[in-house]
Amino acid sequence: MSSAGRRRAAAIRTKEWAQVWHDPSTLGLVVFLPLLLIFLFGSALSLDTDQTRTGLVDRDGTITSRDLSAALKANRYFIIEEASEVAPLAQRLEGGDVRGIVVIPDGFEGEVTSDGDAQVQLITDGTQPNTAAFLSSHAEGVIRNWSASRDLGARAAAQPIELVTRYAYNPGLESSFMLVPGAISIVMAMIGCLLTALIMAREYERGTMEGILSTPLSTGALVGNKIVPYFLMGLASTAICVAVATLFYGLPLRGSAIALLIISASFLYAVLAQGLWISSITKNQFASTQMALLLGYLPSLLLSGFLFELDSMPAAIQWLSYLVPARYLIPPLQSVFLVGDVWSIFLPNIAVLLGIGTFFLWRARSAIKRTIA
Amino acid sequence: MEAPIGPVIRLSGVSKSFAAERRGAPVVPAVRNISLEVAPGTLLGLVGPDASGKTTLLRMLAGMAEADSGDISVFGKSVSELDRSLVGYMPQGGALYLELSVEQNLDLYARLRGIDPAAEPDRIENIYTLTGLGDFRGRAVGKLSGGMRQKLAMACAVVAAPPLMLLDEPSVGVDPLSRREIWQLARDLSGQETTIIWATSILDDAEKCDELLVLHEGQVRYSGAPTGLTDLANNRVYSTPVLAGDRRKELARVHRLPDTIDAQIEGDGIRFVNRIASKDASPAQPRAADGFVALLDDGLKLQDSRLAATFPDRTETIGQAGAAIAAVGLTKRYGSFTAAYDVSFTVAPGEVFGLLGPNGAGKSTTFRMLCGLLKSSDGRSTVAGQNLRTAGPAARKALGYMPQYFGLYGDLTVAANLRFIAGAHGMGRKEGEGAIDDVVSALSLESILPQRAGLLPIGIKQRLSLAAAVLHRPEVLFLDEPTSGVDPIVRREFWHHINAIAATGVAVLVTTHFMDEAENCDRLMLLNQSRAIAQGTPSELKKGIARGGPEPTLEEAFIALIEAQRRIEADAA
Repeated sequence: MSSAGRRRAAAIRTKEWAQVWHDPSTLGLVVFLPLLLIFLFGSALSLDTDQTRTGLVDRDGTITSRDLSAALKANRYFIIEEASEVAPLAQRLEGGDVRGIVVIPDGFEGEVTSDGDAQVQLITDGTQPNTAAFLSSHAEGVIRNWSASRDLGARAAAQPIELVTRYAYNPGLESSFMLVPGAISIVMAMIGCLLTALIMAREYERGTMEGILSTPLSTGALVGNKIVPYFLMGLASTAICVAVATLFYGLPLRGSAIALLIISASFLYAVLAQGLWISSITKNQFASTQMALLLGYLPSLLLSGFLFELDSMPAAIQWLSYLVPARYLIPPLQSVFLVGDVWSIFLPNIAVLLGIGTFFLWRARSAIKRTIA
Repeated sequence: MEAPIGPVIRLSGVSKSFAAERRGAPVVPAVRNISLEVAPGTLLGLVGPDASGKTTLLRMLAGMAEADSGDISVFGKSVSELDRSLVGYMPQGGALYLELSVEQNLDLYARLRGIDPAAEPDRIENIYTLTGLGDFRGRAVGKLSGGMRQKLAMACAVVAAPPLMLLDEPSVGVDPLSRREIWQLARDLSGQETTIIWATSILDDAEKCDELLVLHEGQVRYSGAPTGLTDLANNRVYSTPVLAGDRRKELARVHRLPDTIDAQIEGDGIRFVNRIASKDASPAQPRAADGFVALLDDGLKLQDSRLAATFPDRTETIGQAGAAIAAVGLTKRYGSFTAAYDVSFTVAPGEVFGLLGPNGAGKSTTFRMLCGLLKSSDGRSTVAGQNLRTAGPAARKALGYMPQYFGLYGDLTVAANLRFIAGAHGMGRKEGEGAIDDVVSALSLESILPQRAGLLPIGIKQRLSLAAAVLHRPEVLFLDEPTSGVDPIVRREFWHHINAIAATGVAVLVTTHFMDEAENCDRLMLLNQSRAIAQGTPSELKKGIARGGPEPTLEEAFIALIEAQRRIEADAA
């Protein structure tokens, strides 16, 4: 690059920094929005259910049934409220006061001791599917453990078949360990896309684009250098998120910091380029913001595997999810935090992210014509 | 750099249209079949009203827009291979970053244009000296006066001393003293061989150019020396003396004469351009603006304003005690910034009062305080005896307001817009329809009723805005820059209506930055940098600065007053 070319590139970067400095909202976007989002996602959106109020109706009233009740009451997931009839509990279930009702039927002890088909009924609130699912799986676990321990006592000679589930990487099965890396990617997707969605549109709206384009600066140099300050600010946002995740949520960082940096940098490259592209095709700040939310934030939230498991989605939507950059960030990010440096996961995802970024940068460059009208 | 051989710019048969705003609408032609050659070292004035194609033509020369047909060559090469370092293009409004400082803006553009400010401090210092911005390096551009902003924008465009300067309206919207300084700055920043294309809608500017290209509706109407344009009005410009009290009546009479193209009050007389030579009046010195009016003459004979005829007769209020509009010490502060300071005046029924000043002088702020749209920090005001900020909605019926920018709904039809306005004024169906029919026939809007308002040409939009402002026949009329950017023919019709409406007893308050237009006002207030610097009738203002010699123009009076204001500020600082 000639010295004049370097000077032009530096001039654009200096100007962008000066504008950031003069615009407190940009700094707010970089510092406060990530903090807000990470605390929101990290705390409010916990998928763990703890101490769920659950009704219990023991129609059997035998030693065995009381033993099972005791096992349920001992479990920390449940706060058991006993009643003699289902009806009053059912009313409270409707009101959302209890989340489920366990009914031990008449003749339960007989069925259990005769090795018959002992059944326990569980009624859950289907309008709260997450809670219902957790409740039923926890209840199932408690009952299975209870019956296993009984079998152990009753038939000491027999070899018990014990099913031991070990939750690898997240032994406490704390959902925040899975969610926080996901939340970091959502934060990065949102910041990256919003930051850049505004900057090119702003130049068009204020008429300064005409001044810039009339100089010998090439559009490639304009696009390339405009992105630099925002890239660095995006990294700063990521650092804030990581600091909160490790210090506040106790998330381990089992991989290396350099791997984390490479992963986040390639993701930021992809989303910033996407934002830049949005910004240069709309040429309007309002439309850019709308599009950034629609194309950047929402797909990251819904189609990245952060909230909803991709494997359980229809094939067409699964295919669609391959277009969402966050999809390629969450697996390596979860690995680098919870597992360690697994380059066989990192490298393909990084390659895809770099590809997406370069594609959008190329589109942005051709969307910015040298002409204004 | 070597001197280019042959013309710097050559255009042959260049046309450009803009795509229709929506499907089915016609394409909008911006520039039609223009051919032109510009020799090195020429100062070419690109003259025409708004939307006449000036900006499109400049953009095509700067490589910022592509022609649909025809060839453009700049420095002997097709414009598609333009070397941008040879061209200094100043877009309209200047393309400055308002939140950044003067220095940051100049540095940015210097470096983008290949200059290293650190390596060439003399060049940059020279620019600060010439623009007079040396003391304002650290100030945010948004806090500069309009004139300083335009000077900085020009400096940013031509910092690398390019052999071709393309300047889009560098002198519009600034005070007359700054306008003079901007012309001087362009000369200081250019060399003997520099070619300058200067777009302007101010015809006074035209006389300072070597060559002119007059555009109207995308077509070249005149090409040649400025004197040639002035000559079009040779032996056609006359002046007739008039008594102060009869000015308006006399003006209307001259307008009705079959051979009058345009007439304006000027000093103690009426200056008019005739279609034929006249023996009855004494000849006056023609100007470029007169030539332009003669060029655009549509053959129309102005009749008595039918719009004014629909107003109730309030002439008995004229000359009575009591002001229709009163402002006492109106002040507006935004933090440390004062947008208007201690503005006081009164307007009587039947009087046309002008607020005259450059962009950012505080005209619109004063207007909005009077309308009750903005709370004043200090002072008070009444319109038709009421404070519009505290009075109920009924008080607003007395006021008709025409905003500076087209304030109607662009995607509604003209008829729907007028019905909406009638409804907003609380008129019933019958009453509203009657009022609409009256203004529509008075302003000949029948043919455009079903059209979408946003797609109308600028002159028609202006007429429609006036119709909307007077739909309820107010007793006080506020007009914010009503003739900004329209051609002289539209301007003539506009003032014809205003004068006639005032004659029915309506108090009219009008803002403008055109000096010649201000002569239409009975009394004027000159505003500059948020302060009223003078008030009086046009001739009082002129006499105030006359020190023997010929009578100064209003513009010269304004310049003298701004200079005095600057001296006072410099002494205070």
